[in-house]
Amino acid sequence: MKFVLSIILNAVLVYLGGLLLPWWSLVPIIFLISAILNQNNIASFLSGFLAIFCLWAGMAWIIDQQNHQILSQRIANLLPLQGNSFLLILITGLIGGIVAGLASLSGSLLRSHKTAPDNYYNK
Amino acid sequence: MRLFKVFLSSFITLILVYALSRSWGDAIPMALGHFVSPQHGFWQNAEPYDHDFGEKLIVDGVKGKVDIFLDERLVPHVFAENDEDLYFTQGYLHARFRLFQMDLQTRAAAGRASEIAGPKAITYDREQRRLGMVYAAENALKMIENDPLSLQIFNAYTNGINAYIRSLKPSDWPLEYKLLNAEPEEWNNLRSALLLKMMAKMLAGGTENDLGYTRAKAIFNADELNILYPQVPDSLHPIIPKGTPFAPPGITPVAPGTADSLYFNNKTLSALEESYPADHRNGSNNWVVAGSKTASGGPILCNDPHLELSLPSIWYEIQLSAPSSNTYGVSLPGVPFVIIGFNNDVAWGVTNAQRDVKDYFTIRFRDETKKEYWYNNEWQPTELKLERINIKGQEPVYDTVAYTVFGPVMFDRSFQNAASGEQNLAVKWIAHAPSNEGLAFYHLNRARNYADYEKAISLYDCPGQNFIFASRSGDIAIWQQGKFPARWEGQGVYVMPGQDDTYDWQGFIPQKENPHSLNPSQGFLQSANQRPVDKSYPYFIPGSYITARGTAISEKLDKMQNIRTDDMKQLLYDYHNVEARYVRPVLLQHIKTDELDDNEKKHLTAFRNWDLNATPESTGQTIYQCWVDTLNKVIFADEMQQSFPSAPMPRLETMIELLIKDSTSHFYDQMHTPTVETRADAITNAFKRACVRLNTAEKEGVLEWAKFKKPTIYHLLKEAVPALAHENLHVGGYNNTINAMTKSHGPSWRMIVELGKETEAYGVYPAGQNGNPGSRFYDDFIETWERGDLYRLWFMKSTSDKTDSRVKWTMQLQP
Repeated sequence: MKFVLSIILNAVLVYLGGLLLPWWSLVPIIFLISAILNQNNIASFLSGFLAIFCLWAGMAWIIDQQNHQILSQRIANLLPLQGNSFLLILITGLIGGIVAGLASLSGSLLRSHKTAPDNYYNK
Repeated sequence: MRLFKVFLSSFITLILVYALSRSWGDAIPMALGHFVSPQHGFWQNAEPYDHDFGEKLIVDGVKGKVDIFLDERLVPHVFAENDEDLYFTQGYLHARFRLFQMDLQTRAAAGRASEIAGPKAITYDREQRRLGMVYAAENALKMIENDPLSLQIFNAYTNGINAYIRSLKPSDWPLEYKLLNAEPEEWNNLRSALLLKMMAKMLAGGTENDLGYTRAKAIFNADELNILYPQVPDSLHPIIPKGTPFAPPGITPVAPGTADSLYFNNKTLSALEESYPADHRNGSNNWVVAGSKTASGGPILCNDPHLELSLPSIWYEIQLSAPSSNTYGVSLPGVPFVIIGFNNDVAWGVTNAQRDVKDYFTIRFRDETKKEYWYNNEWQPTELKLERINIKGQEPVYDTVAYTVFGPVMFDRSFQNAASGEQNLAVKWIAHAPSNEGLAFYHLNRARNYADYEKAISLYDCPGQNFIFASRSGDIAIWQQGKFPARWEGQGVYVMPGQDDTYDWQGFIPQKENPHSLNPSQGFLQSANQRPVDKSYPYFIPGSYITARGTAISEKLDKMQNIRTDDMKQLLYDYHNVEARYVRPVLLQHIKTDELDDNEKKHLTAFRNWDLNATPESTGQTIYQCWVDTLNKVIFADEMQQSFPSAPMPRLETMIELLIKDSTSHFYDQMHTPTVETRADAITNAFKRACVRLNTAEKEGVLEWAKFKKPTIYHLLKEAVPALAHENLHVGGYNNTINAMTKSHGPSWRMIVELGKETEAYGVYPAGQNGNPGSRFYDDFIETWERGDLYRLWFMKSTSDKTDSRVKWTMQLQP
């Protein structure tokens, strides 16, 4: 449940942040969400990764459909990805996803550190 | 341990963010994170296919309401309540659709390309500054600022551009900024002046070859020079019909007494060369036929300026309407006004005059500080200008340019080719002189008759143009207009001594004596970059003229009657090769067929049977062009290589005239062989050599002309972004046919205007109205242009036409 919640929170807040802030604003946003929600490291990485992978790839896909793939094919030839728009959308999602996953992992590691003494006393 | 993990993980994240936020050299110039972010990067430039361009904007700077009706091709029809709002809106629209283009071109003009391109552009930037491009633009700006009307318009135009730039968030910036990790820069009037000077360099910066001819002078005698670089070609159909009388000259420049010893017979070899010379192939066609030759009885005017084709195009189509004027045509993003077009009463077009308006003078500095130079028997102070060149990703470099009475010292110890010795050369160029070309276009846009046109263009100085004209009242006319030095015979063809004023220009050809013609009896006028006049014109006018197309146009128009716009469409697309027609009999007569193998004979037969049309499918044109290009080298390369760098190769048309009229020229002989080669040997050798290339082409399946030539329209950033180019267009022609498409150079705007009872106008350029590669309007005209078709241009009479179905979107600007 927490996992799904964190994905939704990540995606929504990063989207809102992106309207005004630079692209890398996703790093502090996800870092904070992850530090607050306190999941295990793997779940945390995955929630950050999946949220932004889906957000970026999804937005790119919608834009690409509306654009009839005019620009994506040109950029995919330029980069070079043999003009494959699908690959370009995938890479868009991956870049966002990896950065987000790492930010999320960092946030959860911070939280684990803080909660460590509690765990010790609870033993 | 946990703390360490936090730091390690955060550190890796930050390193990744950093790596994705910077440029990694030429291979990955963009900041990848920003670039791919759908809310910031290139995805934001992917314009929805059904994007709604209609909007109401509250804009600081407009005085009244402005309506902009965008038609189905995204051509704006602007209706403003006053001239200032009109040009404000033009600036706004230029920026809206072409911001990167304007920004890049004016930075390059000012020698600031390194700011965007990095260190590889340093030499280019230094040369631009040493040519005095900024100096020229500053002089033009003074003229604008001294004329209240001009200042008002240029200010309005600049404000319009900046209103748009200020409305942008970084995510709205044109794609190219994101690609190059660069930022747009605000506009000012100097940048408009710089854009006009870019045109001046493009069209009147490479029309001389003083440095090359100076090398030729060191190795050839006067007779040879006349053969290699003739002033008046035999086959010339001049712009001004033969037999037109010329007024006696108002100024008679006199050659100095030392001309023979210090100038003509001075054999000093100079190895200096420009690194980025203007393209001398720039050319164009325009013609006009009188009502007596047309079906409708109204005159028809045509124009197709040939320039380096690019995406986005150098042209932006627009209709500009205000209470004082209503004009339609193409404009140059970066400058207000319509440059080529028509209004309710008149139509006009331009081709390049090709005249030599740039000379070099030797300078003797007192010492290496360049602070003083020897002039008129004393040491005179120079004006030193420190040039700072900012470079992307690197510390700036500095250069010092000395200004003399002639102009900037372009070449000196710190800027020259390795082999050139210790020569300092100052450049004197008409484009340096104060002038206000914009004002000429302002008045031309409002011209109602011949007198208005004549007055408007008299304000125009550089680059010299052939202004062709037609009026609804039935006048047809042409003026070769510009400011041209009055030269004594031979002056300024070579580098001149600059130790005193003896060799300086003695004055200018009076404007009224510029070549012109009004309503000639032949019923038509044409210009296609040929020499404007025959030998009877009383001035010495060297230049870089092109003869063939003018001949082709004259021949056709001469025979045509009852002309309709459809005939003109065909003529604009015509592939007939006049040069090949002249020279084919000589080639076929003298080639030694017994020395040819079967394959070569096959090519020769194809050439013999060719219909002389350079169509995309023709193999005859490929064979012809390979043959004559090789023949030019076979005949002349050995002689030209006597100097280093080589002397300039004679033009093909010169070689063709030589082949036709001189059976025994010593140029046919190969200097380095013991035998004496003849014309027939040269023709045969060249053909055999050309066949090597032709055989390869045939094997690769690219013997057909269009496949061989591979016509391409590049994006402005050229080979750096091949994905944004259009390659392998199915277009024939070459620089010697009316449809003058070479590899990437050709008809940049085709226009036909018939001024009958109703104006009937057509036009097309090979790109699209929106410079954004993510828009469907980026390249949507190319297909139409490629097949030789034109769009019917919609000239809105007034805002009451706004209910017409052709209006797709409406923009409104309001204060």
